[in-house]
Amino acid sequence: MSHDTLTPAPPVAGRQSGRLAGFGTALGSWDAAIVAGLVAAVLVASAAVPNFATGRNAQFLLLDLVPLALLALPMTLIIVTGEIDLSVASMVGLCSSLMGQLWLSSGLSLELICVLVVLLGALLGAVNGVFVTGFGLPSLAVTIGTLALYRGLSFVVLGDQAVADFPADWTAAVVRPIPGTSIPVMVVPVLLLALVFGVVLHATPAGRALYAMGNNSEAATFAGVSVARTKFWLFVASGAVCGLAGLFWTLRYASARGDNATGLELTVVTAVLLGGVSIFGGRGRLLGVVAGVLLLGVVRNALQLADVDANALTIVTGTLLIASVVLPNAVRDIRARLHRRRQHTRVTAP
Amino acid sequence: MNSLFRLRLGATALTLTALLLGTAACGGTTRDNAGGSQASGAANPDAPIKEGLKIAFLPKQVNNPYFTTADNGGKEAVTEVKGEFKEVGPSEASASSQVSYINTLSQQGMDVIVTSANDPNAICGALNQAKAAGAKIVTFDSDTKPECRQVFVNQVTAQGIAENQVKLISEQIGGEGEIAILSATANATNQNAWIALMKEELKKPEYGKVKLVTVAYGNDDDQKSFQEMQGLLQAYPNLKGVISPTTVGVAAAARYLSGSQYKGKVKLTGLGTPNQMREYVKDGTVDAFALWNPADLGYLAAYAGAALASGQISGAEGDRFTAGRLGEFTVGKDGVVVLGPPTVFDKSNIDKFNF
Repeated sequence: MSHDTLTPAPPVAGRQSGRLAGFGTALGSWDAAIVAGLVAAVLVASAAVPNFATGRNAQFLLLDLVPLALLALPMTLIIVTGEIDLSVASMVGLCSSLMGQLWLSSGLSLELICVLVVLLGALLGAVNGVFVTGFGLPSLAVTIGTLALYRGLSFVVLGDQAVADFPADWTAAVVRPIPGTSIPVMVVPVLLLALVFGVVLHATPAGRALYAMGNNSEAATFAGVSVARTKFWLFVASGAVCGLAGLFWTLRYASARGDNATGLELTVVTAVLLGGVSIFGGRGRLLGVVAGVLLLGVVRNALQLADVDANALTIVTGTLLIASVVLPNAVRDIRARLHRRRQHTRVTAP
Repeated sequence: MNSLFRLRLGATALTLTALLLGTAACGGTTRDNAGGSQASGAANPDAPIKEGLKIAFLPKQVNNPYFTTADNGGKEAVTEVKGEFKEVGPSEASASSQVSYINTLSQQGMDVIVTSANDPNAICGALNQAKAAGAKIVTFDSDTKPECRQVFVNQVTAQGIAENQVKLISEQIGGEGEIAILSATANATNQNAWIALMKEELKKPEYGKVKLVTVAYGNDDDQKSFQEMQGLLQAYPNLKGVISPTTVGVAAAARYLSGSQYKGKVKLTGLGTPNQMREYVKDGTVDAFALWNPADLGYLAAYAGAALASGQISGAEGDRFTAGRLGEFTVGKDGVVVLGPPTVFDKSNIDKFNF
């Protein structure tokens, strides 16, 4: 397959950006709403919840959010194309298990193990990618399958033991704050990655092609976007980021276990949808997702500090998810109806 | 340059970035050992228990009857020492969610955190931070690494279980006859330790007429345990009693017995929960069985925490403290406090327990 046979993308991209600009107002308002919600949540929590507005708490809060934020980045791009990757938490678990097993028995240096683990993540993502794009299977079904498969494998790799004797300087390094602040060092690589994903999504033709796929996969194909290959690489990127998250998780909790990160995929999807990405694809921005991740973290942390019990916390998370799916749609509906009525009155007025 | 090419470049760049970050994050050592240090200070056994201590219970998970019972025991003790009790915890038993609760508790300035660890290592960092912030750490039921807490309240010792189980079955069969053991899996570490100690116990003169004929394995699987129980009774017609020191095994064995001709003739005891065993005790299949009482476990853990926070004990071997209605306890090696022999449940007391 040669690149020359593919028609260039600009027409699609142009049309797409036009359409996007149309959605821009609605999207922009959701982004703004989430950012406003985040600011409001921080203000309310600072005023109403004792011990919330302290440097130490900020450090805890941000550390807890690192894996979530990492996984949300590729998930955003994948959902924008109309696909989903539900195997992320299991990939984190399998990468963690493998890291533990290699450390336990291979005698390799930790730095080499880290590289291998990220490569393994990319490979796991590639398997998802092949099933979705090579065999044309729905990503929902494929990644529910690999969710179970990878979790199973992670118990095969490590059994029910935990590997915990990672060097103390490394486990301490990942939780350390930037000197003189209470912001964890790990926030820096997360922001860098967010920048990379943000630029790809919003400032390149490739990013515009992702929206095109999410809006109308067939049209995107006809317009010369290689949907299959693009999606394949997105799943690979998702896997590689899971590898990174697996490294962080293992070192942060100083414990490589088969059940690490169990259930995290649903929190990731919640954060991405809360950030204004449409579950149907084609809409959403990375800024909103970053705000969504932070909002989710702030709400959970504040409720925990306010001694709200775990069951209520789960209910709140669920409600946020439903609201993030229903609200944007409802707002769009109402706007469209108002718009139609306005046109109607204008036409019938004379 | 078309969009696919750029995207591929982008994806490759992402993977490379990820790799680089991975390498940077782990910049490198090979396997070696890192040692911890046991924190301990001077204790004053005469120090009074302070009032108003903030004592928080963090179980493995909430919505679990075992831990609800244990935490209620803790609440009883905290009320007795005029402290403030609080129970928080994750809805799923995971180590990472416990970490965020520990962080929250240390933020809130708790005097004592009493926890049952989902992972002996994963919550260590958070516990050490909480310790640095001034909290005393007590683990119960499931321990962390010893250097991450001051005291571990252990429900029972292997010796305690062995003595209790052999005594129960011997009483029930009238001091003589053949018995068998229905265990979990053949390589379960704790089960094998208990069985080895039971064999030692049976060598004592008072059990001279009790003969252990076999050990069967139900794999902690309900159906397999049920079938193994059936098999035991067929293979050993003179069998007088069975010990099943596993909650799954003893419940399955009781279910088989209660529906068979052996009901009331072959005795069954073991380690079980009152909720699982209630109907079999009431219908006469089982006379008595044992388990530690989680309420007492929580009660003792709370007192240990209060004693630590009041400076009565430091967690060093030989420290002594009084735990309300349970009496006096001594801290053993590695800061372990043992609750004591298991609680025996029978017709007379089973309805007082709900776990």
